[in-house]
Amino acid sequence: MRWIKWGGGSASGVAAAILPAVFAMTLGGQQSPPAPPGPPALPPLPHFVVVVDAAHGGDDTGGHLNSGQLEKAATLAFSVRLRSLLSARGIQVVTTREADQSLNPDQRAEIANRAHPQACISLHAAETGSGVHLFASSLAPSTPTRFMPWKTAQSGWVTRSLALAGMLNSALSHGGTNVTLGRTSLPGIDSMACPAVVIELAPERDADKKTISEPDDANYQAQVAATLASAILEWRTEARQP
Amino acid sequence: MISRAKTILLVLLVLASIIMGAVLFRMRERAHQRLLTGQDSAPTQAPAVTAPQQATLMVANDDDNSLRGEVYSLPLPADPGARARAVLGKLLDLYAAENSNHPISGGAASIAQVFLLSAEGSRGSQGDAGPELAVVNLKSSFVASHPSGLETETLTVLSICGTLHANLPRVTQVRFLVDGELRPSLAGHADLTRTYLTADAVSADQAHP
Repeated sequence: MRWIKWGGGSASGVAAAILPAVFAMTLGGQQSPPAPPGPPALPPLPHFVVVVDAAHGGDDTGGHLNSGQLEKAATLAFSVRLRSLLSARGIQVVTTREADQSLNPDQRAEIANRAHPQACISLHAAETGSGVHLFASSLAPSTPTRFMPWKTAQSGWVTRSLALAGMLNSALSHGGTNVTLGRTSLPGIDSMACPAVVIELAPERDADKKTISEPDDANYQAQVAATLASAILEWRTEARQP
Repeated sequence: MISRAKTILLVLLVLASIIMGAVLFRMRERAHQRLLTGQDSAPTQAPAVTAPQQATLMVANDDDNSLRGEVYSLPLPADPGARARAVLGKLLDLYAAENSNHPISGGAASIAQVFLLSAEGSRGSQGDAGPELAVVNLKSSFVASHPSGLETETLTVLSICGTLHANLPRVTQVRFLVDGELRPSLAGHADLTRTYLTADAVSADQAHP
């Protein structure tokens, strides 16, 4: 069985917390005027990284959209737009692919888990349904341990994934986008050790189910990507709350 | 000169030959009649039609990513495997209908077979009412024509699992084959290599984040 080790950065975090304390205790014996009481010190800001995974690629073309374009091309374009918007907001972004290349689910999860991200976003596109489909893993929640089974590593983060999906849902719904929520099992997502959400971009439709925009429409993608970037910014703010 | 006794014997033999010939002719006629009666293919008895029964189908809706239980009255066979195939056939007929909220072409003919086996890990022996694993063998034409997308593929899988459990409560696990072979996914997204728990389908529309 394959395992994943997580929390590798905790040792340096502990050292960072202990060393200043020891230094302060050493200096504590010297004569110095008492410092005036100030605001309580905030914990150090965690490194905030977002992984953006453009689904399919290379030989895996994904579905055929109504416009004739392949799903792999639509997801790559969507990934580039979202990455640009997140980077412009000062968020470090790691993408699983920047070109038309094949990646299996394990490789996608490996890229994500090496980055120790605070959010993983997997992008898909579909010709059915309408608006944006949000999915979290269907694995049952469990307590994260130092070593997690590879195929079910996501179980330790399912609760956070659902919270992230809820935040994205709130932002998209507020922006007037039709959103559906669900749970699913995807090999790549189920191995990710981070809050992970699958976003499937479906055609934008009016009340009569007539298509307004296809998932590969640049303006439609830009509009959804902007909303997602704002929601992830809010997610970062929440993650930094003490 | 022929004696009187020999003459009488000759007449008796001739008479016996004629009588035997008549008997054989009559037996032949009877045998022919029996043969014609056996070959009669005209229906003489009306076929017995199974009484319609209530079947619950978990029908998928792409608009709101939901499964809804709908009750239909169907003539269902007594054999559990044939019954499973019948309810799934009706479910796929609904999806193939015009104005379906989860459109997939193919209909009932897309289900090749449904096998019911004792579920892995259960101690049930033959005839025991333990949990069962349903193996649904789909036709490749159905998979080839299925729309690609995470939502639509997940709904198809969950609606099949939910429908099986609703009508055969002992079915707790479902696996999928395509033309008798294992396929990695339905149409590029939904994983067909894993064993699905029917409980996932039951809670699918209740587990929204």
